[in-house]
Amino acid sequence: MTAMESITLKKLKEKFPDSIVDTHSFRGDETATVKKEKIIEICKFLRDDNELLYNFMMDLTAVDYYGREPRFEVVYHFYSLKYNRRVRLKVPVPESDCTVDSIISVWIGADWFEREAYDLYGIIFNGHPNLKRILLYEGFEGHPLRKDYPVRGRQPLIGPKN
Amino acid sequence: MTDLAKNLHTEHMVINMGPSHPVTHGTVKFLVTLDGETIVDFYVEIGYLHRGFEKMCENSTWEQVFPYTDRLNYLSPIINNVGYALAVEKLIGIDTPERCKYIRVITSELSRMADHYTNIAASALELGALTAFLYFVEARELVWDLLESFCGARLTSNYIRIGGLKNDLPDGFKEDTKEVFKRCRELWVDVDKLLTKNRIFLDRMRDIGIMPPDEAIAWGFTGPCLRASGVPYDVRKAQPYLVYDKMNFEIPIGETGDNFDRYLVRMEELNQSMRIVEQALEELPSGPINVDIPEYRWQSKDDIYTKIESLIFHFKTVTGGIRVPPGEVYFPVEGANGELGFYLVSDGNGKPYKCRVRPPCFPLTAAMPRMVKGALIADIVPTFDMVHMIGGECDR
Amino acid sequence: MEEGGTGMGIINSQQSAVGSLQSGEEQILGSSVLLTKLDAIVGWGRKYSFFLYPFVTACCGMEFMSLAGPRYDLDRFGAALPRFSPRQADLLFVVGTISHKQAPILVKVYNQMTEPKWVFSFGVCATSGGFYDNYATVQGIDTLIPVDVYVPGCPPRPEMVIDGLLKLQQKVAKEKWSDWPRGEAPVTKNK
Repeated sequence: MTAMESITLKKLKEKFPDSIVDTHSFRGDETATVKKEKIIEICKFLRDDNELLYNFMMDLTAVDYYGREPRFEVVYHFYSLKYNRRVRLKVPVPESDCTVDSIISVWIGADWFEREAYDLYGIIFNGHPNLKRILLYEGFEGHPLRKDYPVRGRQPLIGPKN
Repeated sequence: MTDLAKNLHTEHMVINMGPSHPVTHGTVKFLVTLDGETIVDFYVEIGYLHRGFEKMCENSTWEQVFPYTDRLNYLSPIINNVGYALAVEKLIGIDTPERCKYIRVITSELSRMADHYTNIAASALELGALTAFLYFVEARELVWDLLESFCGARLTSNYIRIGGLKNDLPDGFKEDTKEVFKRCRELWVDVDKLLTKNRIFLDRMRDIGIMPPDEAIAWGFTGPCLRASGVPYDVRKAQPYLVYDKMNFEIPIGETGDNFDRYLVRMEELNQSMRIVEQALEELPSGPINVDIPEYRWQSKDDIYTKIESLIFHFKTVTGGIRVPPGEVYFPVEGANGELGFYLVSDGNGKPYKCRVRPPCFPLTAAMPRMVKGALIADIVPTFDMVHMIGGECDR
Repeated sequence: MEEGGTGMGIINSQQSAVGSLQSGEEQILGSSVLLTKLDAIVGWGRKYSFFLYPFVTACCGMEFMSLAGPRYDLDRFGAALPRFSPRQADLLFVVGTISHKQAPILVKVYNQMTEPKWVFSFGVCATSGGFYDNYATVQGIDTLIPVDVYVPGCPPRPEMVIDGLLKLQQKVAKEKWSDWPRGEAPVTKNK
C-alpha cells in the first residue's frame, strides 16, 4: 500500500534530489515541497513520465504564511487519469523575490489560475504572456488576499467609500 | 467585380458583449473582434462578481463558512456544502454515520438535478425555445419544493454541518419524492421531444464549440464538458466518497465534444440522478445523523440544556469555532459542473487559515476563445450556455 | 379627490378641490364619460406596464427566473417583457450583488435609461451589500443610484418580490407630473 502510493514521491526524489525540500503524506494526500528553480522541468516530468502521467493540472493557488520566511507558497494539485492518483506540489516563494516560473508551457489551463494568484497575492509568474488582474478592476491597489490587507478595506471605483 | 472586391476596405469591428447582457447569465464580458459575422478574436473578462469568498472565510469560523459556500454555485448549493464539510471532516479525521451519508447523497443529487434543469432551461430560452424553459423551470420548482421541505430555503440551503446535518428528513419525504419524480419524468419526456430532434436546435448546437479530448485535459476541463469530449472521468466513480460506491448508476460519455453532446450528457445525467435518489431512499438506514463528538458537532438541545459537557462544548464551538488540527487537505467532489475541490489549510485555530475552492467553470470559461474562434457570432450563445459559467463560482 | 382606481369625479380648477361629488353633474354626464386627473390616469397606465431591465448578476437571478416562470408569474402584473436595452426599459431590477468592478456599468445603464424610470433593489446584496462586508462589494446600490423599492432577502421569495412590485405600483400611481425629469444619478454629479 505505501509502496504504491509514494511512487510519485520516490521518483521525484530520484530524478530531482537537490530540488526536493520535503515530502510527506497527511490524511492520504501526498505532498512534495520543491524549490522554485526547476519547477517547469518537474512539471514536465510529472506529466510525461510513463509511470506517473499526471495529465490534469487541477488547481494552482498560493498561500500567505504571514510572519514566516519564505512568506508565500504556490500550491499545485495534479491528477493522473490513468493511475487515479493525486499529488500536491508546494513551492515556497520569498517576499523579497516574489517570482516563480509560469507553467503555462506545460498546461495551457494554468493561464487564468496564475493570473488569479498574481491578482490576489502579488506573485509574479515569469513567462506568462498576459499577466494582468483578472478578478479585480484594473486600477485596484494592493493584493487583497494577503494577510495584511484588511477585510473591510474599501476601494470603490465610483461612489462613496462606505 | 473582383477588382472591386479586392479594393474594398474592410475593418474588423470590436463589439462588447458586456457584463449586462441577456445571454451572458453570470456577468462576464466578451470583447469580440468580428470580420463580418466571423469571430476573429475573442477576449473574455471575468471578475464582475468577485465577492471575496476566501477573505470572508478567513475571517469566519469553520461553521460560519457554510453560507458562503452556498453562494458559490448557487444552483446546486448542497453540493458545495457537502464538499466543504467532507474536506473539513477529512482534515479532522472523523467519519459521519451511515444515515447522514445517504441523506447527503440524496440531497446532492437533487441539487444536481436543479442545476441541470436550470442550465437546459436557460440554454433553450436563449436559443428561442421558450416552452422548454417554462417546463424545466416548473420541474426545478418541484425539486426546490422538496429541498424546501427539509431545509427551509429554496436556493441557499445551508443544510450540511461538519459532522452531520442540520436536521433529519421530514416524514413522508419518500412519497413526496416519488410524486415529484413522476411529474419530472413527464416534463423530461416533453422537453426531450421538443428539443432533441428539433431541426433548429440541432443546427445551432451540432458541431459547434468542439473540444478534442487531449486539449480538454490540457485546459483543465472536468465534468459534463469533459465527458462530452469522450474522457470518462467522474469523481463519483474514480474516487468515490460518501456512499457512491454502493450506488448503481452510469456515467454518460459523449463522442464529439460539441455542444449537442454536452446537452445530451446533461439530459442523461438527470435520469441517472433520479435513479441514484430512488436507490438511496430505498436503502436509507435508520440511526443518528450527527457524529457523536461534541467538540465538533454539538449535541441535541435536550443534552445541551441538561448536561454540562454538552453545554460547554456548544458554547466553545459557537463562540470560538471548532478546533481543527493543523494541516492541509484537498478534497474533490463531483459538482454539477465538474470537479469541485476544496483545499483547506488549518493552523489549529477556530478559523480557516485558507479556504480555497477549485471552481470547475474557471478553466471552462478560460477555454471559451479556443472553442469559439472562427465560428459565427451566434455560436457564442450555445457554447457559453453549455459551458455553464456561474458567476458566483467563477469569480467567487 | 379621493384616489383609488381611476379617480373619477369632477375637477374644477378654479375652485379648490372641495372633495365632494356634485351629484347633479354626475347624473348629467352619465356612465360613458370618465373624468379624472392627468396625473392619475398616467400613473395608472405606467404602473400596469412596466418594462423591466433585469440587471442580473448573482444568485437572486435564479429567483428572478422563477418569477418569470409559470408558477409565480410576473405577467399578471403587466411586468412580463424584459427589455434588454436601457432606452426601452423603465424599471431597473438590480438583482444580485454589485461589485466595485460592476458599479460603473450599473450607473451607466441607469443614466442611459430614459425617464420616467424606477429602480427596484432585489435582494439584500443590492440593498445593503448583504453579508459581503469586504473590499469588493458595493454596500448598497443607493450609494450610487436612487432606489424606489428595497426587497431584502437572500434570496427573497418570489412572493416578497411581487409584494414589492405592488408597493412600487402604489408609489407610481401617486406620482405627480412635476416629479420628472430627475436627471443623472447623483454619484455622477459629484465628479
